[in-house]
Amino acid sequence: MFESSLSTLAAQLAARAVSSRELAQAWLDRIAALNPALNAFITVDPEKTLAEAAAADALIAAGSAGPLTGVPVAHKDIFCTDGWLTTCGSKMLSNFVAPYDAHVIQRFKAAGMPSLGKTNMDEFAMGSSNETSFYGAVKNPWDTTRVPGGSSGGAAACVAARMAPAATGTDTGGSIRQPAAFTGITGLKPTYGLVSRYGMIAFASSLDQAGPMARSAEDCARLLNVMTGFDPNDSTSLERDKEDYARDLDQPLAGLRIGLPREFFAEGLDRDVAAAVDAAVAELKKLGATTVDISLANSKLAIPVYYVLAPAEASSNLSRFDGVRYGYRAPDYADLDEMYARTRAQGFGEEVKRRVLIGTYVLSHGYYDAYYVQAQKIRRLIADDFSEAFKTCDLILGPTTPGTAFKLGENADDPVAMYLNDLYTIPANLAGLPGMSLPCGFDSQGLPIGVQLVGNYFSEARMLNAAHQYQRATDWHTRMPIHL
Amino acid sequence: MSLSTDDVKRIARLARIEIDDAQAQATQGRLNTIFGLIEAMQAVSTAGIEPMAHAQDVFQRLREDAVTETDRRDAFQAIAPAVENGLYLVPRVVE
Repeated sequence: MFESSLSTLAAQLAARAVSSRELAQAWLDRIAALNPALNAFITVDPEKTLAEAAAADALIAAGSAGPLTGVPVAHKDIFCTDGWLTTCGSKMLSNFVAPYDAHVIQRFKAAGMPSLGKTNMDEFAMGSSNETSFYGAVKNPWDTTRVPGGSSGGAAACVAARMAPAATGTDTGGSIRQPAAFTGITGLKPTYGLVSRYGMIAFASSLDQAGPMARSAEDCARLLNVMTGFDPNDSTSLERDKEDYARDLDQPLAGLRIGLPREFFAEGLDRDVAAAVDAAVAELKKLGATTVDISLANSKLAIPVYYVLAPAEASSNLSRFDGVRYGYRAPDYADLDEMYARTRAQGFGEEVKRRVLIGTYVLSHGYYDAYYVQAQKIRRLIADDFSEAFKTCDLILGPTTPGTAFKLGENADDPVAMYLNDLYTIPANLAGLPGMSLPCGFDSQGLPIGVQLVGNYFSEARMLNAAHQYQRATDWHTRMPIHL
Repeated sequence: MSLSTDDVKRIARLARIEIDDAQAQATQGRLNTIFGLIEAMQAVSTAGIEPMAHAQDVFQRLREDAVTETDRRDAFQAIAPAVENGLYLVPRVVE
């Protein structure tokens, strides 16, 4: 059961071979057994999960089940979930029981998919290792002395360790794709605007996008069908016709043009990662794809641009945490100013404070043009490089990360070294393009390697097609840590 | 450019984050390393480039000017640090 695809689980539920309650209980038991070692979940509430599963069973019995009704999923603790503790990995929200559901949660509920719990994450999604969580670091199931990546590290670890059939994540600079690569799973960040941000605790609003994290491209396609859709409560939600993202999974790849950005295969790339990505390219060629040499010359500026824009937006978004309406409030203060300043000093962790300070500075009088506006201009140059590249190719392929999962604590004292992890993933966020990571091998230490696909706007079905055909020809995505 | 500890304290004040001298000093070093990374932007010529604030060219939607929300004050205030008679309590600001 723990190895079954979402559609297999759904078929078993439809055939009454298993009930949603039985499924949920089996996964809850596995979570109870493995979570102490991995710390992938912040909140598990078996009573609520089993009640949701019983409701799904009733839908199935009444003949009103949808394609995935009864299949349980885990949700990143960034999504407000009515009646559930929703912490965003922060002390600031360590007492926050959300009074409403995020749009993503509403959609999973409407699909009859029970929640297995809320997964651990870097505080306010700021981090690439899951070490900034107030609830402690998540361990990588492949090697528990290593990080699972971040910020959706709990989601990635729980899928990799088969503690949930699938999970939701969010990606502002690589937070779905980088942990997917580090844990050997498949994760997709959709085109900006496809999935509503309503109720998803905001980090950098012009970049944040939710997406599926699962064991295969096929599962990601089915989850994307659940997650996407117009929402009037998000002013950036796109009004588009509903798509079936699984429609092209079985199409052959003959004629697919894959662009290889030379900047993504340059200095700084680990040799094992480069070799695995090259092998993935060779496999896709065998399946009928051709390759094109492309350049994303401005992508080298993606990290500087991101570390101006994301903190700027974060400093504004996080100003809502003031100890007045919800969340943490400092116990001692003399006046209102001190209450704000102490609440924020005590409620936010070091990385979050650092980014709020950077954002405050780049938006302050006298520095706005030199930093914020300049970053927005280079953002356009980066996006223009992609438009130019998509004139000669259908998909762009490269490594997801420069290296594999690093040791816990290894980059904890060096923010810049940590930031460089997202070198290849940030450009797609800045341009608003869809990107995904899928497993393509292991390094000499047995750690998973991810290959990244970036598509043009709204080309998710094409990306998932290429990824699915690759996964039919290879078995990297079926591997799991043997000691579990 | 390089931030002084006074700069860090000024920014922290703007951000409403309490910071003491030792923390300001530690933060100063880290922030300067990050700004060292960001400096790479300054070498790029961007004359005539339109700033990109957003990935999609979308306009703010308008809706009918009608009441759409129900009154959920009690649910929202149940999670507040301090409330009384439907009001949020903060330290006195007017004597």
